[in-house]
Amino acid sequence: MSSIDRMPGRTGHRRALLVLAYPSVMLGIFLVLPFCILVALSFYYRVPGGTYEPAFVLDNFANLAKAFFVNNTVHTLSVAGIVAVLAVALAFPFTYRLTRLPRRKQIPWLIFVLVVLALSEVIIGFSWSVLLSRTAGVSNIPVWLGLMDRPMSFTPSGTAMLLGLTYLAFPYTVLVLYPPLSRLDPSLAEAARTMGASPVRAFFTMIVPVSRPAILAALIMVFVFTLGAFVIPQVLGRPQHWTLAVHITDQALARANVPMAAAMSLALLAASLLLIAVTVAIGKSRRAVP
Amino acid sequence: MNRALSRLYFGLIAAVLLAPLIVVAGVSLNERKRLLFPPQGFSLQWYGELFQDASWQNAVTNSLSIAALAALAACSIALPIAYALWRYRLFYARLLYGFGIAPFILPPVITALGYLIFWTQTGFYGQFWAVVVSHGIFLVTLPLITISLGFETIDPAYTEAAATMGADERTVFRTVILPMVLPYIVSGYAFAFVISLNEYIIAYMVAGFTVETLPIKVFNALRYGYTPVMAAVSVVFIGVSFAIFGLVAKFGDLPKLLGAWSPREE
Repeated sequence: MSSIDRMPGRTGHRRALLVLAYPSVMLGIFLVLPFCILVALSFYYRVPGGTYEPAFVLDNFANLAKAFFVNNTVHTLSVAGIVAVLAVALAFPFTYRLTRLPRRKQIPWLIFVLVVLALSEVIIGFSWSVLLSRTAGVSNIPVWLGLMDRPMSFTPSGTAMLLGLTYLAFPYTVLVLYPPLSRLDPSLAEAARTMGASPVRAFFTMIVPVSRPAILAALIMVFVFTLGAFVIPQVLGRPQHWTLAVHITDQALARANVPMAAAMSLALLAASLLLIAVTVAIGKSRRAVP
Repeated sequence: MNRALSRLYFGLIAAVLLAPLIVVAGVSLNERKRLLFPPQGFSLQWYGELFQDASWQNAVTNSLSIAALAALAACSIALPIAYALWRYRLFYARLLYGFGIAPFILPPVITALGYLIFWTQTGFYGQFWAVVVSHGIFLVTLPLITISLGFETIDPAYTEAAATMGADERTVFRTVILPMVLPYIVSGYAFAFVISLNEYIIAYMVAGFTVETLPIKVFNALRYGYTPVMAAVSVVFIGVSFAIFGLVAKFGDLPKLLGAWSPREE
């Protein structure tokens, strides 16, 4: 670096702090402060009837241990786990082949994946509910072909919800896998080929094992991403399929129990942070062991 | 993987990803106010209603102005952080970077609830500007990543040359650095804009009953009574996303923006 570039010392630091003043104020007031209030509120006392008052009670966290929340947490974690596995299993071969294409040919696919990623959860929920419905859905095809007597509806159901969530997570998974897979050395697959492995075999014996850290990181990112799904469980699932995100909103808005919602979201946050910490640790150990 | 096999796989993935889009497009063309696919009759009246009906018009205006302003706010916060991180390598800049990334990685329902409480406490619950600021902070991640990438591409020789010719830091920033990172700022803006346009839960928790954005209106229509207008909206949304990402790809290096590393140029 040049002598003026990245100059340490007092003038440099003072200027840096000047540059950072505006983002610090914005993030301080509108990100850190709301989060602190959220934490504080989870200890507030809930006045029956919808309001709350400052206090330091652990009732809200104690309520988390009730069967309803425990069952719901287990349900939410299993849904997110299944979706993460499905999305990564489907997206990994796709992304791997995508990164092997010339860049010019990757671009239309990347645009397409981004468009699907940007689709509102609301639109995905709506379109899958149409696609799985009786009047306008896929079951009309076998009816038209004479294989079925009458069309049937597949939604709302647990399977429809899993399908919708996997669709929601797929483009995100592709984009999480894209950077590590595009950095894979192309000579790896070639080496396996010259040693006589078929392309499919080379993929499973060579590419998948060397990508294990990327796969694990993607599983966890997609898992956390799916934990936040809010619209699809309501549109494609029945109330017993609702996930924690739906119940948090339900507590806050419909039941006007904000302290309870705060405690629930902190539990969700703790679970997510724990998983992200694991991801980071895996990333570090990968760098340490070449 | 075998070439034929991977073609087949790409085809299947494309078909499944496209299926709901095709169904929605088809449904939006129905002549009568019914949910039928394949569509019966052909009519563009639902698109007309989208652009004429006052309540849909209002949702379009809300969504577009929130997205435009929130993306601007996100870029304005991201640019100084990315610059300070690149120029000074301060730990504090790294910390702010971490704060900027956090809300996007965590389940958004947490951010949404945080804002619901924050805006209620400060008395701004349900206001247009509360949604703008909430989206702006939530989406800082996207320009932060793209602009940081942009700074990494700057060859220090340029800034050095400008400095030896007597330019002070401000002049170097304005005449050398800013023009070079501008494409990355624009793509960060574009990403933030599109995501804000489609974001549901934060907008709903901050002002769901007063400031109706398009996703909120579509969701309400989904729950309280079907109208083909919502299919028409979805089609317009998909078109807008295609246009914006297409432009980003045309004027920027999309694989690089998404994290492809080695410049294997053909």
